[in-house]
Amino acid sequence: MVRFFSALGAPLLSFFQYLGELVLLTADTFRSIFTHKLRWKLFMNQIVEVGLLSQLVVIITGGFTGAVFAAQTFFQFNKLGMGSAVGAVVSVSLCRELAPVLTALMVAGRVGAAMSAEIGTMKVTEQIDALRALAVYPVDYLVVPRVLAMMVSMPLLVAECIAVGIAAGYLVAIFMLDINGTYYMANMVRWTRSRDIIMGLSKAFCFGILIVFISCQKGLTTREGAVGVGRATTEAVVNASLAVLICNFFLTMMFNIIYPAGYQ
Amino acid sequence: MIEAPPLAAVKTERGTIPSNGSSMIKVCSLKKRIGQQEILSGVDLEVRTGETLAIIGRSGGGKSVLLKHLVGLMEPDTGEIWIQGQNIIGMTERQLGEIRKKVGILFQGGALFDSMTVEDNIAFPLREAGERDPRVLRAKVGEMLEVMEMEGQEEKMPESLSGGMKKRVGLARAIIRRPSCVLYDEPTAGLDPVVADSINRLIRRLQERFGMTSLVVTHDMKSAFDVADQIAYLHEGHIYFHGTPSELQQSTDRLIQDFLLGRSEGRGD
Ligand SMILES: Nc1ncnc2c1ncn2[C@@H]1O[C@H](COP(=O)(O)OP(=O)(O)OP(=O)(O)O)[C@@H](O)[C@H]1O
Ligand SMILES: [Mg+2]
Repeated sequence: MVRFFSALGAPLLSFFQYLGELVLLTADTFRSIFTHKLRWKLFMNQIVEVGLLSQLVVIITGGFTGAVFAAQTFFQFNKLGMGSAVGAVVSVSLCRELAPVLTALMVAGRVGAAMSAEIGTMKVTEQIDALRALAVYPVDYLVVPRVLAMMVSMPLLVAECIAVGIAAGYLVAIFMLDINGTYYMANMVRWTRSRDIIMGLSKAFCFGILIVFISCQKGLTTREGAVGVGRATTEAVVNASLAVLICNFFLTMMFNIIYPAGYQ
Repeated sequence: MIEAPPLAAVKTERGTIPSNGSSMIKVCSLKKRIGQQEILSGVDLEVRTGETLAIIGRSGGGKSVLLKHLVGLMEPDTGEIWIQGQNIIGMTERQLGEIRKKVGILFQGGALFDSMTVEDNIAFPLREAGERDPRVLRAKVGEMLEVMEMEGQEEKMPESLSGGMKKRVGLARAIIRRPSCVLYDEPTAGLDPVVADSINRLIRRLQERFGMTSLVVTHDMKSAFDVADQIAYLHEGHIYFHGTPSELQQSTDRLIQDFLLGRSEGRGD
């Protein structure tokens, strides 16, 4: 019995310890954001790294998701004679779920992995110790610029993903599925509300924060050389992706309370 | 502990160095265990202001660990560390920042930032201290590289440097801000004898000209005798011997004799 509980307790305990470390890092970072001068150069570098260099990934993700979603929706809706509703379905689902989640997963894979690998390598090669020894607090230098860059970039990337997805869905609908373009647009504009977009962008913001803190925390606690860096990177991507998917559910439920589904 | 009167001079074998006799670093019964292994088991050590202390000891004896404790990169299990009269145990990372501006450290492996050029590495402490003028930075870095006999290597990335060059860039980075105390972890290991000698002379020059306090970890006995006013022998987690270089040489202790002559103890003969 005792063994059962201790077998159950150990992973649970380490899970809570992990959560605690994440919370502490987050608190430390926000304290630093509000009390210390921002390093603009590092921030700009990260904007380039996170925002600019993710363009291709986001465009492809958004484009093909929009296209395939338009096609699938059409195949089903056409049976009911509702082909022109495709635009509305594509745009609302892109705004609310598909664009934020898929972008976040891609960014977790691309940016989150890079962050934890870079910081992890710095950790195991004593570069973090060198920073500290030169009186630079690693959170100020490494975490804050990444967090801010992510906060700025993620909503923009998701907005871009939504736009590209809608455009791709439109092109597929008009040129490949022969839906009437005017109806398609009219329905889409009628049923897509600003709340859908707000929801998507808010989710993007939350996912960005999840990804960046999970990745930085894994990087900062890396141990045991090259193997450790590999492990930290994998864990960062996996944990960030899972966190995105889990939080997405709760965010959806929460937004549903703020903005109830249906008309108006 | 014997407190010399203020502004008195400290007599050393190398002559008289100006010093107020106060202690720069004081370590009291420092203990550290990592996992199952007891690495430091009660280290007591004092380095007076302006003095150069060499720490010698067997490989894996905990010298690098001891240095990391002195700037708060590692936390001891028990014991006290006083830097210029301030106990650094229990300080937060930000409070330690103030201490670290006064105490530079050269890491055993150099620990260069591998995403920056040599120039940016060396200029890093100055930039952090608020120096922005690129001409000033360039001039100071150039001067440092000249001292290190590495002129014209500003643009190289750390990965394209040899081990000895990395060490010298790390050294330049550690001293460019002219801290009042520098901890060197094997500054001459892996360097050819000519460069090693010029590094030794540099350490001595910094002491003479700027009154810099130095703590030099080394395996190189020639270097230890060259630069040190005092030598401490770290053995099995505590300071086994602490005295002047000539006291060390005259010591009849078996362990020290073995170390100085490079005999593997008890085996072989
Ligand atoms: N981060 C660490 N985790 C676990 N053990 C460590 C760590 N750092 C050092 N040690 C252990 O502490 C002991 C002392 O290491 P340290 O690097 O201080 O030796 P050293 O005296 O500097 O040796 P060398 O002269 O070869 O550099 C070693 O046995 C090492 O295994
Ligand atoms: Mg060492």
